[in-house]
Amino acid sequence: MTDMAPPKNTAAVATYGDHEVIMPENKLRKAVSATPFVPGDDPVARAEAALAALSSEFGSMMDSECDRLDQARQTLAKDGFIKTNKEAVFHAAHDIKGEAATLGFPLVAAVADSLCRLIEYTPDAMRIPLKLVDQHVDAVRAIHREYSRSNAEALAAALTGRLREVTDEFLIHENRDRPDVLEQIIGPSIVPE
Amino acid sequence: MPGTRGTMVRIDFNRLRFLVIDDNAHMRRIMRTLLHGFGAREVYEAEDGAAGLEAFTHYIPDIIITDWAMPIFDGLELTQMVRQPGANANPYVAIIMLSGHSEKKRVTAARDAGVTEFLAKPISAKGLYQRIVNVVANPRPFIKTKTYFGPDRRRNVNPSYAGTERRKGGKADVIRQAPLLEKVRAPA
Repeated sequence: MTDMAPPKNTAAVATYGDHEVIMPENKLRKAVSATPFVPGDDPVARAEAALAALSSEFGSMMDSECDRLDQARQTLAKDGFIKTNKEAVFHAAHDIKGEAATLGFPLVAAVADSLCRLIEYTPDAMRIPLKLVDQHVDAVRAIHREYSRSNAEALAAALTGRLREVTDEFLIHENRDRPDVLEQIIGPSIVPE
Repeated sequence: MPGTRGTMVRIDFNRLRFLVIDDNAHMRRIMRTLLHGFGAREVYEAEDGAAGLEAFTHYIPDIIITDWAMPIFDGLELTQMVRQPGANANPYVAIIMLSGHSEKKRVTAARDAGVTEFLAKPISAKGLYQRIVNVVANPRPFIKTKTYFGPDRRRNVNPSYAGTERRKGGKADVIRQAPLLEKVRAPA
């Protein structure tokens, strides 16, 4: 493949005692339009509509993410908590946490987040109870599977609440000598619910 | 009405070249869909940090949108590799970091690696649009020290700051912007 021609960089540089302040040429200015918005032209609404058009595939996308997590859990159970297996479960859960709301399944995100916390904040991975990992994965799949039920929200809240409670209890015990980590475990998220 | 979206700046997305780096194919598809929805035509993709770095060198994008957690090397390491003055075609490229990690220490680490904007998942069209408008319409100066090269991390002047001046020999211009952490806190 042929490299595209690199643009020339011109920058105004002011040098001070121990640092330079550089104002690079703003190459993105080319994209600031002089044309005012046309009434009714809303790029965000257009993007939302484009995403809505894709939404018929969201269910199968979420299916494959759940299958990936299940597969990673099975490998972990079979071959143990070696680094790659642990990371595979973490990344699968992390992706579900990040994507669930975008794919239309926001109730799945919290339990996936709880599994991420369990893996991330346990100092010795070998001490993570496999049963607790299994319960998280089963909960992710159950919440997704039963999403159309009228009581799905209550089901998700009950499963997530209990798993988070057990996980936090475990993490607080495992990190009892690590006050900085304890603060992160107990402290509130900076992101609004 | 675009004004209600928080800005009146109109961006011609078809004049921007994007590089989306994410190991998750679903996420790349969602990002591509949103960017095309905004009007972008040139959207390139890479599925890990190494492929992303190669694509950066090859395509010279205007804006990189990268996930944090990826195999081979992650979005943070990718940012550090791009922010090497003199080592590539555009060390000043705008980098928007996507992440499910939204803890303060993570946001600070991203800032210190030289990311331009941070977007916490779950992503929304509005949140992504605002980050892109910001990097296009409100570029910040770059700061180069012995230990840092990247966009100015000072987004505000604090008139009541009473500590020592850590930058020696003069003060940098500061363009007022919401701190990265405040942006993460704000609902997208």
